[in-house]
Amino acid sequence: MRIRVGHLYPDYLNIYADRGNIAVFERRASLRGHELAVEAVGLGEKLRPGAQDLLYIGGGQDREQALVAADLQAKSDAVHAAVADGVAVLAVCGGYQLLGRGYHDLRGVDLPGVGLFPHETVAGDRRMIGDVVLDCELEPGERRTLAGFENHAGRTQLDPGAEPLGRVIAGFGNDGESGYEGCRVGRAIGTYLHGPLLPRNPWLADWLLAQALAHASGDEPQELEPLPDRLETEAHAVSAQRARDRGGRL
Amino acid sequence: MSARLAIESTAARLAARLSRLARTGGGTTIPGKLLWKLDPGAIDALAARLPLGAVVVSATNGKTTTTAMVAEILGPGTRLAWNRSGANLLSGIASALLTADDAELGLLEVDEAALPEAARRLRPRALLLGNLFRDQLDRYGELEHVAEGWRQAVRALPHSTTLVVNGDDPQVGSLAAGREGAIAYGLHDPRHARHALQHAADSRYCIVCGHPYEFAAAYVGHLGDYRCPACGHARPELQIFAREIELHGLESAAFKLVTPAGSVPIRLRLPGLYNVYNAVGAAALAQALGVELDRIKDGLERFDPAFGRFERIASDDKSILILLIKNPAGANEVVRTLEDGGAPAVLLLALNDAIADGKDVSWIWDVDFEPLLATTERVIASGDRAAELGLRCTYGGLDESALELEPDLERALDRGLELTPPGGELVVLPTYTAMLALQRIVTERGLTRPYWEAKV
Repeated sequence: MRIRVGHLYPDYLNIYADRGNIAVFERRASLRGHELAVEAVGLGEKLRPGAQDLLYIGGGQDREQALVAADLQAKSDAVHAAVADGVAVLAVCGGYQLLGRGYHDLRGVDLPGVGLFPHETVAGDRRMIGDVVLDCELEPGERRTLAGFENHAGRTQLDPGAEPLGRVIAGFGNDGESGYEGCRVGRAIGTYLHGPLLPRNPWLADWLLAQALAHASGDEPQELEPLPDRLETEAHAVSAQRARDRGGRL
Repeated sequence: MSARLAIESTAARLAARLSRLARTGGGTTIPGKLLWKLDPGAIDALAARLPLGAVVVSATNGKTTTTAMVAEILGPGTRLAWNRSGANLLSGIASALLTADDAELGLLEVDEAALPEAARRLRPRALLLGNLFRDQLDRYGELEHVAEGWRQAVRALPHSTTLVVNGDDPQVGSLAAGREGAIAYGLHDPRHARHALQHAADSRYCIVCGHPYEFAAAYVGHLGDYRCPACGHARPELQIFAREIELHGLESAAFKLVTPAGSVPIRLRLPGLYNVYNAVGAAALAQALGVELDRIKDGLERFDPAFGRFERIASDDKSILILLIKNPAGANEVVRTLEDGGAPAVLLLALNDAIADGKDVSWIWDVDFEPLLATTERVIASGDRAAELGLRCTYGGLDESALELEPDLERALDRGLELTPPGGELVVLPTYTAMLALQRIVTERGLTRPYWEAKV
């Protein structure tokens, strides 16, 4: 099957090796006999309705994020419509912030967001940097860990009742206080974790691919056949151990 | 020297000797750390007593090599206080100033983030700023943050400081704007430009208006001949540059050095376009110090690389070639140079994630390793994050059967040598602390001398 990926602003939002996440989607899709067609969606380019099964948006430096924020506003309706239609989303770091309601800088600079995720982000005075490990349960009864690296000054506060991506086992997470990291709205996932995230967390890559395939085929999501994942498992273990050695929050 | 400084200095020097006696290392930063703790202002006093003043070199990539090239140009006739081991934080600078108490001139490589404070304390006679690339985001933060520190450092420089900048880097070149007597250097040979701006290029957008630059030529990452089509911000006029560049694989590079004092052909004993940048920078700094052109030529042509920056080490009937990798832009140049020299059959990659390497290893995904992975027969992934490196290779097209995982560096080196045929060469690409560990291993085996005993 053909999985169509819309990669938002790859020239601007690529600071934490976001192309590694795309490479993981490509390879894991092709190993299951599917083809990934990645289309870059840049400044001033339209997000065509019905043209994607998965949207990806990465992180950038403050300067780059400010350059894309206004443009993303113009795509807001298209993003909401896509998610309502069952398109899967992965938003990392800056992209995660911009898909919330907005980002408020200490210097009074406000970047409006698109409001897909029910959260707001306020810049803190201390960066939250280091390895993180999360406990996630995206499907009832299936608990998995996610391991990655976080580096953000923004403190993201979820609205009451919003669903986080996971519970922080070690690291800071959304705000360093709540004990939660990331956010989930249906098939859309937002997170601060990079590393990049997917090579060492192949289960999440497969979950997102399954959602994207469901959108492409119009069926319910089907679990993908397992892969050996020898190196992936080892890389996950090392990364998770780094986070555990670092200990609890703040 | 004040009595207090004299006592502190003696205590700190004693610590260095103890460190060497204990064989814990070169003892390179122990006295400096002690002095830095006792009295940070001591650096100002130690620098102020240098009869010829101090010169400072900073850059994301190439600062150790550029500084060593300047030392070679100046030659044994100038007594230097030089942090040659690459200990480039304020403690390392303090050590270099302390241990060379008869020095005439300070020659100091400085960490990018430490530059503002170092420049304020040292009040350098000349300052060379080479390039800014994304590097260790967990430690330095965003590139813009480091660039802002540099802008403030340049604004605070005394009028007497000669500023030398790489004009090919938009962020760095603009620091010379409006500063009298500033010197801009770069490359001028579009035959060596990349076909497209690399993935790892950072300063793609105009620093004035944010519009994407147009590059008439991009040489290394975002270094090149840029111009903003919207507002006209462009590369400054270069006073010193390299033209007619010839790259000879892994062996050497040659170019014509053009300066206001005339032009000379230069033949370097080390390869790669990035080393041409280092050489032109060193030449520009030397000229700012008043060194004549033929001495500059002699020094550059005599120059042997610093450890791990391009060193061949003989091991029985094989050789080991060590090339440090530490960030996407630098690693990409190493890859390109290896490609030009004919990709190696056996490759040892070593990734550590200590503070000095960067705890965030995501940068390896921004390096274009693919050309090497397509032709190499076997890759050994080593270091504390060997598995992550292995993943990078397999996602980069390497067949998993061609990959060996060996986190232990010494065992990985032995395995690499075992796989290398007699007369062949093992190419090793380590991150910083992995390079230091390799240095210890080859020193213990008697293959090379420790750096603190190296020739001047």
